[in-house]
Amino acid sequence: MKSSVIIFPGSNCDRDIDVALRKFGFKNQMVWHNETKMPKSDLIVLPGGFSYGDYLRCGCIASKSKIIKSIIDYASSGGLIIGICNGFQILLETGLLTGALLTNKYLKFICKNVFVKVNNSENKYFKNIKKNVLELHIAHNDGNYFCTDNELKSLEDNNQVAASYCNNNGEIDEENNPNGSIKNIAGIFNKKKNIVGMMPHPERVIEKNLSSKDGSYFFENLLNNMN
Amino acid sequence: MKVEIIVTLKNGVLDPQGKAIQQTLNGMNFSEAKDVRQGKYFNIEIDIEDEKKAKLKAEEMCKKLLANLVIEDYKIL
Repeated sequence: MKSSVIIFPGSNCDRDIDVALRKFGFKNQMVWHNETKMPKSDLIVLPGGFSYGDYLRCGCIASKSKIIKSIIDYASSGGLIIGICNGFQILLETGLLTGALLTNKYLKFICKNVFVKVNNSENKYFKNIKKNVLELHIAHNDGNYFCTDNELKSLEDNNQVAASYCNNNGEIDEENNPNGSIKNIAGIFNKKKNIVGMMPHPERVIEKNLSSKDGSYFFENLLNNMN
Repeated sequence: MKVEIIVTLKNGVLDPQGKAIQQTLNGMNFSEAKDVRQGKYFNIEIDIEDEKKAKLKAEEMCKKLLANLVIEDYKIL
């Protein structure tokens, strides 16, 4: 399976996701944001980081990059896209996903492991995943997911909430909401479920000595579902 | 002509920075500061002489880039 990671000025998790994708068997290539045409890909990843120094709004300037038009075309033909952290912010700014990410409720940059519960397994990303409560890493200042009441209803009605912050038993409550996100939302899908955006970084926890290996279940499972 | 634009978070959208500023003002004995909303200010030199046309162009810039209409409102001064 061929994957492509897009690099924007200020991306800083592009190498990490490259290592993770290769480790689990993807043939990965890196694509510079100034390209106009996507190379043939079975999966596109928008990595974490601070594209354009988070100027104006996180992910906003990157969402106007030359490569984006080709990514939107790829998305509308059903191609798989993952946006992690800043990549999630970019997907929201392009309009491929619904809502926005605000500054964390308590104004702190949060860098720690959290638990997230997988809410919907009827998709390429989470179908048959070994565990439905995963210990993943977050590192962000603007991860407070927001949308209108109508948008939230539509997300819930269409099973578009991908993952929610929870405790290690999978209980979703305010105590385990690190950043103030509506309904503890950590990640969402588009309607067709070919696009997923999430604040947690699965690529940072792919080996036991990286504090958790739950990210490996995500990548192994995705590759299995794509074959 | 020069066009000035202010972008703020919509009413109802949590503005933790505004809240922190308000609490600091209160702590400095400005107890009159009841609510603070923080925003962004843009001063754009637009190469159009006609004021109405320049402001229309500025509005297009707000909708397409300067404001995220999911969470923000814009005002052209």
